[in-house]
Amino acid sequence: MAVAAIRLRDLFAVVMLFGIYSFVSASLFVVLDAVDVAFTEASVGAGVSTVFMLGALALTASKEKPKSARKTLLPLLAVTVTGLALVYGTWDIPAYGDPANPIHHHLVQRFIEDSPEEIGIPNIVTSVLASYRGYDTLGETTVVFTAAIGVLLLIGGARRPPSGQDDAR
Amino acid sequence: MKRYTIPRVGTKLLLPLILLFALYVQFHGDYGPGGGFQAGVIFGAGFILYALIYGLDNARRLMPPWVLRIGVSLGVLIYAGVGLLGPLLGGQYLDYAVLDARDPAHGQHLGILWVELGVGITVSSVMVTIFYAFAGRGR
Amino acid sequence: MQILGHFNYWIFIVLMMCGFYMVIASDNLIKKLVGLSIFQTSVFILYISMGKIIGGTAPIVIDKAAVYSNPLPHVLILTAIVVGVATTSLGLALVVRIQEAYGTIEADEILAQDRDDSP
Repeated sequence: MAVAAIRLRDLFAVVMLFGIYSFVSASLFVVLDAVDVAFTEASVGAGVSTVFMLGALALTASKEKPKSARKTLLPLLAVTVTGLALVYGTWDIPAYGDPANPIHHHLVQRFIEDSPEEIGIPNIVTSVLASYRGYDTLGETTVVFTAAIGVLLLIGGARRPPSGQDDAR
Repeated sequence: MKRYTIPRVGTKLLLPLILLFALYVQFHGDYGPGGGFQAGVIFGAGFILYALIYGLDNARRLMPPWVLRIGVSLGVLIYAGVGLLGPLLGGQYLDYAVLDARDPAHGQHLGILWVELGVGITVSSVMVTIFYAFAGRGR
Repeated sequence: MQILGHFNYWIFIVLMMCGFYMVIASDNLIKKLVGLSIFQTSVFILYISMGKIIGGTAPIVIDKAAVYSNPLPHVLILTAIVVGVATTSLGLALVVRIQEAYGTIEADEILAQDRDDSP
């Protein structure tokens, strides 16, 4: 899906493919037991983010200019080298799904064992999100708030008359 | 979109369900998957759907931008305000256990409910605000 | 088992490199943003797959289940997704302004215009 998105020049199709890709990854998250994350990804990635991208497309061009083959060679090389280095790095990472992995032994044990008594709600994700990591979530909410202010400042007001520059729209 | 009957009627059927589902996700987040972030996005998506089908002007009448601007900041203020209740009642910042002196777990539950409400309000207002910004720019 | 045990990391690397390639190889700014989002999603997949325990279940406490997958990465990624869409829309807003100022969203044409403007 992502490879097709690279090849296509029609930006409309690229955005649509990205929506489908988000939905597929949401179902992957369900398989990986992350129901909350899958929920968010399905509503954000496949829904709202696609709408925003289409809205931006409506305001800009919908076709990508073709480019020469020489310009794609160097990025391809860089990507391949980086990818191979990362694959080499995975040999030191513990295997998938093993309960003995170090990630499952710090802090999380306490969340799983104590949060039903301390917080009194069954969804551990919610209790960690809002209570144990309350500062973090406050920060994230502020980031979302700031992003909205930024968008409003950038394109919220009325459009000024074009100042001399020719407008391709 | 004014001429197409099926999307208009379909939206009318779906919109209450979408908004109701958002509220369910918001307040059932303690027991099942869900919470403020998801509910906010779904709530915002409901309004975006309305704006897509019935036009931006109708949507602006239904949900004026000044309400959204209040909502964007109100959510963060609710979150930070619930956090401030902690020190006021003799605890620590964002420590909800003091909200109910007799039963700390119930206090935590209460705090999470309010905090998630703040998150939901902010996220939904932000989503609709951004959509208005993009859609209003095109004219 | 030992080889297949790293399969999830390879999926993540392939997706990440797809996004990386889109960011550095395409001149179109919107395509760059889509690439950045794919990059982001690949990191989400890395985190979530690290938290998975084979035979575990979703981290919602019920009486019957004993093994839960790790809830901590879920929390981090949950907020990251929403922040991601907010920042992506900020980037899109910048692209819209660039389109209005330059009349194009191709990075090389914008650079060329800048060179012409400031000799």
